[in-house]
Amino acid sequence: MDQRAPAQALQPPPSRPSGAGFLQSNIREYGMMLSLFVIMVLFEVLTNGTLLKPLNLTNLILQNSYIVIMALGMLLVIVAGHIDLSVGSVVGFVGALAAVMMVQWDIHYVPATIACLAVGALIGAAQGYWVAFFKIPSFIVTLAGMLVFKGLTLALLAGQSVGPFPKEFQLLSSGFIPDLFSVQGLKVTSLVIGLALAAVMVMVNVKGRATQVKHGVENEPFGFFVAKNAIFAGLIVYFAYLLSSYKGLPNVLIVMALLIGLYTFVTNRTTIGRRIYALGGNEKAARLSGIKTERLTFLTFVNMGLLAGLAGLIFAARLNTATPKAGLGFELDVIAACFIGGASASGGVGKVIGAVIGAFVMGVMNNGMSILGVGIDYQQVIKGLVLLAAVFLDVYNKNK
Amino acid sequence: MGAILEMRGISKSFPGVKALSNVNLTVEAGEIHAVVGENGAGKSTLMKVLSGVYPHGSYEGDIVFDGEERRFRTIADSEKIGIIIIHQELALVPLLSIAENIFLGNEPARFGVIDRSFVFRRTQELLRKVGLKESPDTLITNLGVGKQQLVEIAKALSKEVRLLILDEPTASLNETDSAALLDLLLEFKAHGIASILISHKLNEISKVADRITVIRDGATVDTLDCRAEAISEDRIIRAMVGRPLADRYPPRTPKIGEPILSVRDWRVHHPIHQDRVVIKGVSFHVRRGEVLGIAGLMGAGRTELAMSLFGKAYGKRISGSVEMEGRPVDVSTIEKAVDAGLAYVTEDRKTLGLVLAEDIVKNVTLANLPGVSRGTVIDDMQELKVANSYRQSLAIRCSSVYQQTVNLSGGNQQKVVLSKWLFSGPKVLILDEPTRGIDVGAKYEIYSIINKLADDGKAVVMISSEMPELLGMCDRILVMNEGAFVGEFTAAEASQEAIMRSIMQSTMKKTG
Repeated sequence: MDQRAPAQALQPPPSRPSGAGFLQSNIREYGMMLSLFVIMVLFEVLTNGTLLKPLNLTNLILQNSYIVIMALGMLLVIVAGHIDLSVGSVVGFVGALAAVMMVQWDIHYVPATIACLAVGALIGAAQGYWVAFFKIPSFIVTLAGMLVFKGLTLALLAGQSVGPFPKEFQLLSSGFIPDLFSVQGLKVTSLVIGLALAAVMVMVNVKGRATQVKHGVENEPFGFFVAKNAIFAGLIVYFAYLLSSYKGLPNVLIVMALLIGLYTFVTNRTTIGRRIYALGGNEKAARLSGIKTERLTFLTFVNMGLLAGLAGLIFAARLNTATPKAGLGFELDVIAACFIGGASASGGVGKVIGAVIGAFVMGVMNNGMSILGVGIDYQQVIKGLVLLAAVFLDVYNKNK
Repeated sequence: MGAILEMRGISKSFPGVKALSNVNLTVEAGEIHAVVGENGAGKSTLMKVLSGVYPHGSYEGDIVFDGEERRFRTIADSEKIGIIIIHQELALVPLLSIAENIFLGNEPARFGVIDRSFVFRRTQELLRKVGLKESPDTLITNLGVGKQQLVEIAKALSKEVRLLILDEPTASLNETDSAALLDLLLEFKAHGIASILISHKLNEISKVADRITVIRDGATVDTLDCRAEAISEDRIIRAMVGRPLADRYPPRTPKIGEPILSVRDWRVHHPIHQDRVVIKGVSFHVRRGEVLGIAGLMGAGRTELAMSLFGKAYGKRISGSVEMEGRPVDVSTIEKAVDAGLAYVTEDRKTLGLVLAEDIVKNVTLANLPGVSRGTVIDDMQELKVANSYRQSLAIRCSSVYQQTVNLSGGNQQKVVLSKWLFSGPKVLILDEPTRGIDVGAKYEIYSIINKLADDGKAVVMISSEMPELLGMCDRILVMNEGAFVGEFTAAEASQEAIMRSIMQSTMKKTG
């Protein structure tokens, strides 16, 4: 490559890969979506159409919302080159705290919710402090946190379940977008929101492509671009329709969608996102480029704590009670979601959308296998094997 | 006496670089044979060929040991017949004991169970031979560097050594430890063990060596016999550096202005051994449009000086003052140093310079993301424009700026790191070994870039271990040794002999 060519060597014209070539070079991203699609179709067929029944689809979203939300934070932690094993315990602890505050101390749900989120962030800060500034491996710090907060949950609840929560608080996970005009059982408002969402997505994509074309850097074949957008818009509208024919869009879906959008934007387009990837990719080089690597690591843990707190509130509101066992093992699902979604255990690599898809792959399998009556024992076995297979394919593709 | 080792016509190439060409080395039985040469002359490569690190077939030429042609495929092959190499970086496991280290990978065991009492007794014996008074159970981490060196030698002796190769064995030792080590070599010689000693310390070499082979630019230039007549150090230095300066450097007419960066009384302590002073209160300045070279041997403290200036990226208990354009500036963090107009281009681009998994675009803008952002949002088209403009002006050869930097050649990677720092808008660039591991053609391009920077009114500090490069490029050269400047030459005064002499003289003053 580095021959002694004259300095003004001709640059090769940018290559325009064909459709198949494009798909091949982007197999990582589209492969994930494709596998989620295949898994959904598989269970849809196996369960004789139960999977995508409006009721079940609604449940699927409610069941997975807290995993998806935590996967957003976990992705940043993993990209920065760390891990957080404590999130399951934090979910339990924050849920318990919320119950104690609202039910036992009778504090209004708004200040209580804010206080709980703050406590989540504080827990993240406490753990991030040791990881970032004292260089204690995150595996150890958060393993300690896992034990500590599991214990504190038990202490806080005195071993009992505490509930029920105020009605308004329950709406966080059991509420739906209120419908303004109901037509024959169809929640029109929800459907309109779905349509609007699809339209916004297409618009953003078209605008992005226009900028790329202007600068001559688009490399996605036009047909592919159109097909991709048509499929995604179609799927969004279809799912919105399914949900609208039951109770409408769940509140928590809106929260989740906003967070997914926010975190996608932060990781792809902002300086802080860019710096987290650089930190995970090569910490020393990032530091020598003037990036405050320690502070950044600290912030990823604060963020993780905040999201784990939110997930704790959602989970408690869904069960309508705080139990000592809440959140048990959630960290495994969350971490698995990130790795199934293509994050690298050594840091620097991973996408928000991948983690979200990974979470839904796990969720659909959980849900589908439960409908099929597969026991909890073999569900675990299958999930474990899927995790291994997904990461194997990733590594295999990279080495090829 | 007959030759125990003959290396005949050894040539070895790496992609783009010819490291050794037709090197001959003959070591006689029971002699101490010194191999000297500049950094990068090919000494270590030659020893790696000899010890089987580079297997037979990856080089040309023959190795004859004990009158038989040998073809080593691994280090184990060369060790089996008694060729043992002790590397500059010691290969001991710190948290294992002396005995465990000596027999590592070679444990006397029956059915996998180590014979502990044998190991203990044998280790005691070996430690006595090398004159180390420590229990075989002492952990390596509790020993000083000098004693660790002796453990390495004891380890070599445990393997029936016939030819001992020591790569810079005294580089990190103090005077007494060095003297003890050299005495040990003389004792081995009395027992008929031949040694190859690679060293920069010419006074040590003239003390123990029987013959000296000088390597320069990957070729043997001379073999001197010290037994017949005393060889002067000047004679060795001349052989080491005496090469004509070909037209390998682009011409430049310097337009030197007022001083930009002035550093005064800069003292730096070692980050772990905090009572060790690494940089001993140095002062220097560099002017607008000037290329200032810093010469010195490896470990002289040049990188440590540069990194400690750059936001305290190295060292502890740093003191001294820094002025930029006459005003004192705060360079206590990397961010502040960058803001003050400093840029440091590392010698180790793969581990310290690049995020290898990321593309060229993201690496180029990493040190100045606000330069392509509105608020905290990155404008990726602006970013692309920046990357493409550097691709063009620095002639980075790539399929597109979205190519991962891990797939670029060394020269192009270096250009990406340079782009990153140029985009940070520095007034002073410190380039640490800017052409290390780069082939000749790409070197010329890097030199041209450096000249362009100086012409644009920036100040360039160039740290290099390749003296011809400094002589060819710099307006002024400072010579560093053991954490202090020991010489300063203008372009007109500077010569390799003069630089080498100032290093050697300052070393001799210290070691007596």
